[in-house]
Amino acid sequence: MKTAVLSGKGGAGKTMAAVNLAASLGCAVYVDCDVEEPNGHIFLKPEGEQQETVCVKVPTFDSDRCVGCRKCVDHCRFHALVFIKGKPMFFPEVCHGCGLCSLVCREGAVQEAERPIGVLKTGRSGNLTVVTGVLNEGEVSGVPLIEAALRSAKGEDVIIDGPPGSACNVMECVKGADVCLIVAEPTAFGLHNFLMVAELCRVLHKPHAVLLNKVTEPYEPMEEALRTLNIPVLGRLPYDATWARSLSDGQLLAAEDETVRALFRSIYDRLKEVAG
Amino acid sequence: MKKLLILSGKGGTGKTTTAAAFAAFSGARALADCDVDAPNLHLVLGRAETPVVSEFLGGDKAHIDADLCDRCGLCKDHCRFHAIEETNGGYAVNEFACEGCGVCAWVCPKMAVNLSTDVAGEKQLYRGDGVFSTARLKMGRGNSGKLVAEVKRDLYRNAGDADLAILDGSPGIGCPVIASVSGVDLILIVAEPSRSGLSDLMRLMKTARGLHVGLCVAVNKWDVSPDTTRAIEDLCRAEDVPFVGRVPYDGELAKAARGEGSMESLDSPGKQALYAVYENTMKLL
Repeated sequence: MKTAVLSGKGGAGKTMAAVNLAASLGCAVYVDCDVEEPNGHIFLKPEGEQQETVCVKVPTFDSDRCVGCRKCVDHCRFHALVFIKGKPMFFPEVCHGCGLCSLVCREGAVQEAERPIGVLKTGRSGNLTVVTGVLNEGEVSGVPLIEAALRSAKGEDVIIDGPPGSACNVMECVKGADVCLIVAEPTAFGLHNFLMVAELCRVLHKPHAVLLNKVTEPYEPMEEALRTLNIPVLGRLPYDATWARSLSDGQLLAAEDETVRALFRSIYDRLKEVAG
Repeated sequence: MKKLLILSGKGGTGKTTTAAAFAAFSGARALADCDVDAPNLHLVLGRAETPVVSEFLGGDKAHIDADLCDRCGLCKDHCRFHAIEETNGGYAVNEFACEGCGVCAWVCPKMAVNLSTDVAGEKQLYRGDGVFSTARLKMGRGNSGKLVAEVKRDLYRNAGDADLAILDGSPGIGCPVIASVSGVDLILIVAEPSRSGLSDLMRLMKTARGLHVGLCVAVNKWDVSPDTTRAIEDLCRAEDVPFVGRVPYDGELAKAARGEGSMESLDSPGKQALYAVYENTMKLL
């Protein structure tokens, strides 16, 4: 089963839940798909990491063959090409790598090359396989890296640590999962962002459940939303200053504490029921 | 008009709280929420007036006319985004995967594929007492960078003679963040003193340096880890980035910034520290 751990709001406890869930299962695959800010490795400390570069396709232009017909420029829907001094000028930051420019060129002047956007690291942490996508700073889209990370993660139990928000990078994680665990803070901010991710799961027809985190006092609007939407609550973790300090130091809670492992195993058992 | 953008790298460090507090301290008359796929600033500002709502048009989406389609499959073969799916004998476009590139329409020998504009979100512009520009991305849509650019454009066009604009950004270092950075005068990074927060800060600093915009850094909830706070201050010194202050964990401040209490009447160590961060930031701006 592939589980995507999401939150909407940043800092709700996605990585905490994902690494401890993976560590509590014993033998599992943990995939860090928060490729802009990957942090799972800080807690899991993978060893013997193998690194692989992930590339996207970008066009290259042969100015000797180019006759300046500007077909490529006119067909590009992402404004990645501009016609200057009778030739196309290329802006790689906005290129989606769709390949249309090379298809429309009748002169064979547009070829394709590989451009690196980040790396995929694969290592071991005890019985866990740890896959980490790291996007190069300055790159706009981590989606191709997330796709590569999800492709390489093979195993019985795969835990996907997703990015915050609810945009295309999050959507990629939801699409690649069988079930989603949404970690939510019971606050006004937490509720608002939780509702957006829950809607994303619904739109993509993915079963989902919630884990409430940093609970200090009951927050009725959250409870009401969960009742109305009929989303199962798999746990309520209280705010714990000791946990906060341990997490700040990059400690894996499940490593030391059997009660934590039992807690996350029971959450995983309920997730299997939610997945159906 | 000076434009201040608040970023964090890691989520949940207190960007929106800081933006709301700065708005209260400065009386800024131009505010924007650039975190379009998890916006929260509107919850704090609690603006009573009805916003001007407009559609956000994202990219195009392809549609296949089943009557014209002769099921050759060329569209599926050429789509790099795996957006064409086989449906009992025919083909259909998965709207969540389609990026609107037009390859399918170009390769189709039967002209069975059309592209049309897609509503990918909603923008809200509040124009009562000062301007507040915000938006919400439709679930299942990308284009967050383009929406951020439109939120900023709507703010600037309607800001009148406001002398300060405060922009609340999104976590991460990717497309919405890069779109929010362009054209601002200064970025304040609100960092969290944890191993994760430090790693995220370093990646954001590297990204921002590549975009050639001035930076300063503050630490929120510094008392969670004084050691990591010192490490962040050392990093700023080494990188020659101004460090504008440290704010202790303060539940009352967070509540006041969320609109659950009065910021003016609050007198707590957290508020004093955050006010010092505000003054130091304004000096740099």
